[in-house]
Amino acid sequence: MDWTLYIYKTIFLFIILLVTLVVAMYSTYGERKVAAFMQDRRGPNRAGPFGLLQPLADGVKMFMKEEIIPLSANRVLFILGPAIAMTTALLTGVVIPWGGTLTIGGREFSMQIADLNIGILYVFAMVSIGVYGIMIGGWASNNKYALYGSIRAASQMISYELAMGMAIVALVVTTGSLSLHEIVQQQHGMHWNVFYQPLGFLLFLTCAFAETNRAPFDLPECETELVGGYHTEYSSMKLGFYLFAEYINMFISSAVIATVYFGGYNMPFIDQLGLSPNALTLLGTAFFFMKIFFFIFLFMWVRWTLPRFRYDQLMNLGWKGLIPLAMFNIVATGVYYYFFELT
Amino acid sequence: MVFLFYFLSAIMVISALLVVFSKSPINNVIYLIICFIAMAGHYILLNAQFLAVVHIIVYTGAIMVLFLFVVMLLNLNKAIIPQKSAAARVLAVVTGGIFFLVLLAATRQTFVINPRYAFTSEIGLVANVGKTLFHEFLLPFEISSVLFISAMVGAVMFGKRDHAAGED
Repeated sequence: MDWTLYIYKTIFLFIILLVTLVVAMYSTYGERKVAAFMQDRRGPNRAGPFGLLQPLADGVKMFMKEEIIPLSANRVLFILGPAIAMTTALLTGVVIPWGGTLTIGGREFSMQIADLNIGILYVFAMVSIGVYGIMIGGWASNNKYALYGSIRAASQMISYELAMGMAIVALVVTTGSLSLHEIVQQQHGMHWNVFYQPLGFLLFLTCAFAETNRAPFDLPECETELVGGYHTEYSSMKLGFYLFAEYINMFISSAVIATVYFGGYNMPFIDQLGLSPNALTLLGTAFFFMKIFFFIFLFMWVRWTLPRFRYDQLMNLGWKGLIPLAMFNIVATGVYYYFFELT
Repeated sequence: MVFLFYFLSAIMVISALLVVFSKSPINNVIYLIICFIAMAGHYILLNAQFLAVVHIIVYTGAIMVLFLFVVMLLNLNKAIIPQKSAAARVLAVVTGGIFFLVLLAATRQTFVINPRYAFTSEIGLVANVGKTLFHEFLLPFEISSVLFISAMVGAVMFGKRDHAAGED
């Protein structure tokens, strides 16, 4: 038994959990600041300097609110819904390589919790399970608006999963590996996959917006039509979990996009810096987080710029726009590798 | 490992029984989902990670979502199974049991497993699965894809006919 490794992995797991939660917490603050900036307002600025304590205040508010479970709701499933949403959102982080390897006391520690050789499919599996949280919660509320919201969410996620999977297939043809660790290592320096798979990247990005239920694809919680969508009946921290799961999903999908298309923890000119390996690893991780924050900003930017789609437009885009494009992308990639890059 | 095997098997058997015995359709679907996730755990124990993840994506993530979808849309919350008389139920159990016995007797000898490849811990990894599938079983694989295409075309045809009828 190699206890050092177990202890390291446990500590690292908790660090990742904490980082995920903190980033998601401050994404709510970031979102309100970005929205305020786009709308020429100030945003939250009362709690603490620059309003930095606002997420804490929101959290306390969520916990202190009265908790209501509707009488006609299915109690077990009503509680299960937010729990599933939160759990699946947190599960994805374990396969993402957050950095290179650290050498402590002559031993190498990888900054990735589990290097599965099917890492990218694991991410995909967790995304596909994530829909249950919304579906079960919306159904258990026993409210027609909640049910509409959850049905919209489910059909939207199923439709966009297809295009997302096909975008990944083309990427896998390019990389020849399903392991996120290997995919990142292949992108050393500036060999980022986005330059080899530009169309795939755009497809993946669009589908990521749809999978996280973010604007312009936030029809499941479209308040003009559905009151509050699938979380209409939820109050207190259960509502908090749903909202929070969305921000965690946003963080994780930004991390996945940065990993598979933007080189993960690789940065340009990393070989010319002449730093020690540990310093380079930490620098790479910092650079990785900068990429993630850029994508989180992009998510917010789009949300406060574009209006919401109409439902039939959403389905048309998914089935008649993205899926044919993704198929074309697969065929084009395959043809290119068959005729020009015979190895 | 042995503990995990028994743990997963217990979850699987209990949830599979609950699928049959539970009255509410939505609970049936949820127990079936639990059963499938436990089955994916078994695949991981056999080091077949690719199979496990594909199982979760296809069965848990797509097919069961559609099941849940249908149950929700039809709002089948209450059990609407017609109740039979006691005599009919006893007869059903007896005939079902006898049929099971016959099946068991008939197939007891046929399930002698002769694996084509000796089991190694590497056999379920994605590279090996892919190579076997695309070298040795290429023709069956492609033919099954034709089957899927025809199923898809059929589904589209059904959808279209309803649509045209609605417009007339």
